[in-house]
Amino acid sequence: MPPVLQLKGITKAFPGVVANDHVDLELQEGEIHCLLGENGAGKTTLMNILYGLYKPDAGEIYVRGQKAEIQDPNDAIQRGIGMVHQHFMLVPVMTVTENVMLGVEEKRNGVFLDRAKVAARIREISQDYGLEVDPDAYIKDLPVGIQQRVEIIKVLYRQADILILDEPTAVLTPQEVEGLFKILRSLVARGKSLIFITHKLKEVMALADRITVLRLGRTVGTVTPGEVTPERLASMMVGRDVNLTVSKKPPQAGDVALEVKDLYVEDERHQLAVRGLSLEVRAGEVLGIAGVQGNGQTQLVYALTGLMPALSGEIRILGQPVKHATPRRILERGVGHVPEDRQRHGLILSFPIHDNLMLCTYYQPPFARGINLQERVIVENAERLVKQFDVRTPNVFVPASSLSGGNQQKVIVAREFSRPIKLLIASQPTRGLDVGSIEYIHSRIIEKRDEGTAVLLVSSELDEILALSDRIAVMYRGQIVDIVPAAQASKEYLGLLMAGIPPAEAAKSAAPIAGGEVERVF
Amino acid sequence: MSAKEKTEKTETRPKSEKNRSQAFWQSLLVPLLAVFTGLVIGGIVIAATDKGVAAAFVNFSANPLGIFPAIWKAVITAYGALFYGSLGSPRELIEGFRVYQTSGDKALLLKAIYPFTESLVTATPYIFAGLAVAVGFRCGLFNIGAEGQFFMGALGSAFVGYSLIGLPWFIHLPLAILGGAVAGALWGAIPGYLKAKFGAHEVVNTIMMNWIAFRLSDWLLTGPMKASGFRPVTPNIQPAAELPRFFPDPLRFNWGFVLALVVAWLVYWFLFKTTLGFEIRAVGANPDGAKYAGMSVTRNFVLVMTLSGALAGLAGASQVLGVDHWVGQGFSAGYGFDSIALALLGKSHPVGVVLAALLFGVLRSGATRMQSLAGIPIDIISIIQGLVIIFVAAPAIIRWIYRIRVSEQETILTRGWGK
Repeated sequence: MPPVLQLKGITKAFPGVVANDHVDLELQEGEIHCLLGENGAGKTTLMNILYGLYKPDAGEIYVRGQKAEIQDPNDAIQRGIGMVHQHFMLVPVMTVTENVMLGVEEKRNGVFLDRAKVAARIREISQDYGLEVDPDAYIKDLPVGIQQRVEIIKVLYRQADILILDEPTAVLTPQEVEGLFKILRSLVARGKSLIFITHKLKEVMALADRITVLRLGRTVGTVTPGEVTPERLASMMVGRDVNLTVSKKPPQAGDVALEVKDLYVEDERHQLAVRGLSLEVRAGEVLGIAGVQGNGQTQLVYALTGLMPALSGEIRILGQPVKHATPRRILERGVGHVPEDRQRHGLILSFPIHDNLMLCTYYQPPFARGINLQERVIVENAERLVKQFDVRTPNVFVPASSLSGGNQQKVIVAREFSRPIKLLIASQPTRGLDVGSIEYIHSRIIEKRDEGTAVLLVSSELDEILALSDRIAVMYRGQIVDIVPAAQASKEYLGLLMAGIPPAEAAKSAAPIAGGEVERVF
Repeated sequence: MSAKEKTEKTETRPKSEKNRSQAFWQSLLVPLLAVFTGLVIGGIVIAATDKGVAAAFVNFSANPLGIFPAIWKAVITAYGALFYGSLGSPRELIEGFRVYQTSGDKALLLKAIYPFTESLVTATPYIFAGLAVAVGFRCGLFNIGAEGQFFMGALGSAFVGYSLIGLPWFIHLPLAILGGAVAGALWGAIPGYLKAKFGAHEVVNTIMMNWIAFRLSDWLLTGPMKASGFRPVTPNIQPAAELPRFFPDPLRFNWGFVLALVVAWLVYWFLFKTTLGFEIRAVGANPDGAKYAGMSVTRNFVLVMTLSGALAGLAGASQVLGVDHWVGQGFSAGYGFDSIALALLGKSHPVGVVLAALLFGVLRSGATRMQSLAGIPIDIISIIQGLVIIFVAAPAIIRWIYRIRVSEQETILTRGWGK
């Protein structure tokens, strides 16, 4: 039997980059095929070609043995190919039914929408695949995990039997990930075939029937989970050996560097995002804030760094109240900030690297004398930092926009870590980065901690929190629900807290403290 | 510093400087080709509207090759007149210089340089006003109000120029210049403040401020600032407030041009060599990033609009104090609006703005001569200017015409991690 889908020698070049270079991929009926690769390896380009969004420069696509030239997404859907995007394509103010029928509306008498018929079909699909969802619920009321189910139902409703899932776990709690995996397994059990795109090794090992690894636009190889270790997969992805564990000494906690009491913060739409939050971070320790994205972490960090005013409560940095302080005053107190959105806050993309490497201290000596910028000092500083922090760039005069994501992040880290900081606030410091950069940035954060810097780490990657933190605070709906020592914290317990289960109840179904040595592989 | 570090530095420096000068020439390529293409298409328009060419087309069946000389003649006559009118005739220059050397009579030489000096006179307010808009662009602000600020600057400097009597020139002239800058600055600061305080969009506000400036000047020129007589004009400024001229009448070339170049250099220094300019450019390139870095975005908005207004005010002042010596209705002739195009053409860089202003000066002052010598309407210059701006604003067209590949932004210099 021919494979249900076959890509042969797909090549696609963009100006300056070959995104796909003779990529081969074969999908058998009823298998989960993981497409693994770092950011920029060409995974998304390949899938966009398959979904008809790009035209390949060379190569052939066969669907069920038949050569296919996929013109556009409609054409792909006609051929039974469906895509679940990383960013959901749902209309929040519409119901599940309405979202599912959007674009393929069922009509009564040629004019009226037949919601009942669609809802019935949705219930059928729900039952068949274990995708529980209420067809009449509004999308805006549903948690992210359920919204993702709606996306999958949308694809199934259009009768796709080849499903592409683009980084589907990025927004889910560990329990939701488990739920998703169950659904995916029941899909393949019923003859659907899946392509699962990810850069997370653990998921690949847990889920895949076969794995194809891409690196720099080329196929490195196709393997099964049985024949490889996570380390082997990582080195296939990166092209060299990678150390997946973070080794660190026990913390030497000192004085309180950051103290937050009963903090309330509103988001841009004036909705309460942080509700009565209190925490403490001591010098020489890492406090990790775990939580699903959108539980107020962003606003907490904005308030701590002066980017957004706090409604009420108290913030003290090194004993000084800074609730109404400007970002500059907070910076000058010795706070380093690795922002969540590096392109929006962390860098001036059109500025050369040397300017970005002194972005927060440009007005101080030695970078400025009076109002005169000291160009020579600025360039020398940049050349030193680029070398020290291993930023891969032809020189320090190119704009920051020409760097890859990992190198952009290293510019930010170099700038913030090279200042004499007492408190480091790092928000999603490795989001979207490749394994090599993650390894590097993690070791730098631990290095700062060991120098006696207090570190507040915010991340929606539970594995990252577990690997780096000394204490873990779980944030849910703007509050810290529990703080546990990281050394033996159980992932299951944290996952339940992240999902909004109160600590008392969560402790019943999962022990807060895991027995024995906990594996800390990221 | 260790010896090793030193050698490494000498290795890296020339390479990076080479990159920089390469980037500089690359950034000039599109504007230059835009000007060239504008002139070519302008030539087509001239040929298409020329009577001689039309006549040659009537005779097409009898003499099909006749249209080429006709087209050639039309375009050459027009552009010849344009450039003689703006740059002067080389033959007259040589002749004038020879006469001056043999007999010491300057008359012929002055006549020969007259067209070129007039181009510089026209370019002077363009430089100031172009800088005004460019400074705004650098901070992400679109100052459409240069025209109004120009007017206010002209009125401000004229007022200081005629109302104060008996001052020595070295006090009166700087005061008059300052009067223009302050009046313009005020007119720019108001929309800047409104933007910073209330988030009111500067495009809307500067347009409104233009109308207020026009009507205010109407009132001032017919009332409080009106000279005795029937015409709605201000009195002539005192001679002590005039920007001195280099040559006797009718040459109007004056120190205003030198002042413009000095100010252009100051703006360059301010934008690229000082911490304040760094802030302005950071706010313009990424306000969120600037805020993260501890800069006050709103303070920079006010600062830049004030500065921009002051520069546009200087444009008005230079025209009053150096050329006209009084202000009348409809005084500006659109300098403020042309300056938006100038700033675009000059890529918001002071050097680019000066070059673009010189080009506009040449085109504008040559156009008058072209009209009288070749009978080509002045409006053709507006068409050429418009084309140049379109090509600069949509560089993709130029890249497509001349098959220029990849812009810098699209080139990814580093990717991934490994190797």
